[in-house]
Amino acid sequence: MSLFNVFNVAGSAMSAQSMRLNTTASNLANADSATSASGEAYRAKQVVFEAVPIEGGSTAVKVREVVEDPSPLKQVYDPKNPLADDKGYVSMPNVNVVDEMVNMLSASRSYQTNVETMNAAKTMLLKTLTIGQ
Amino acid sequence: MIGKLDNYLSFNETALSLRSQRQELLASNIANADTPNYKARDIDFSSALQGALVRSGASGSPLATTEAGHIATPAGAADGKTLPDGTPVLYRTVKQGAVDGNTVDMDTERTQFADNGLRYEAGITMINQQIKNMLAALQGA
Repeated sequence: MSLFNVFNVAGSAMSAQSMRLNTTASNLANADSATSASGEAYRAKQVVFEAVPIEGGSTAVKVREVVEDPSPLKQVYDPKNPLADDKGYVSMPNVNVVDEMVNMLSASRSYQTNVETMNAAKTMLLKTLTIGQ
Repeated sequence: MIGKLDNYLSFNETALSLRSQRQELLASNIANADTPNYKARDIDFSSALQGALVRSGASGSPLATTEAGHIATPAGAADGKTLPDGTPVLYRTVKQGAVDGNTVDMDTERTQFADNGLRYEAGITMINQQIKNMLAALQGA
């Protein structure tokens, strides 16, 4: 019964999108974290989506990896800060708040779309159960 | 008699099965709307239905191969180029390119998804009516 595969496909997309939303939340929460366990400033994290063919010809999604943004950290002049270097600069996270807001909207909309996909498949399956009644 | 009943219902059955497989493909497109380099896919429904009707009329269900000498009935390989019943899966023509190589156009996919779902339900209504007609004929009431 291939319609059940819609649940697998839409479900995989929902978990991938929620992981993307999680990284966005982490990036926004740490937009000002000048230090971390490693002693370095926080680096923005991004998810990489990958299409995974599954049985029956359809294609699910999975998060292949979570990568750290390699772009340089923001240098902020703040000599009062205990983390400032000898010239008075502090390395701040390379989180771009505008990018993250866009990512958040996109992830949330994609998640909603997949919920609707799943609901449509559910309606179709319920209708299928009425055959012969 | 059973063969006639089978023929009576087989058109709508084939159409419903193709519709549900197409729905799955469209769901894959929607799910991969944010996957880089994913190419949107679909089937050409009318030619797929023609092909499926010819196949189901010619041979019925595929035969099992239980001995080394048996010849397998041609079935869709699991390479993603065909559906399990042998229908070719095509790539959608790009309307607006994206920088990440993704060709999913959400407007097209959502429209087709709603359209396909509605036609599936219409197919179910029709097969139900066929069953009611057949019952009326059998019971004579």
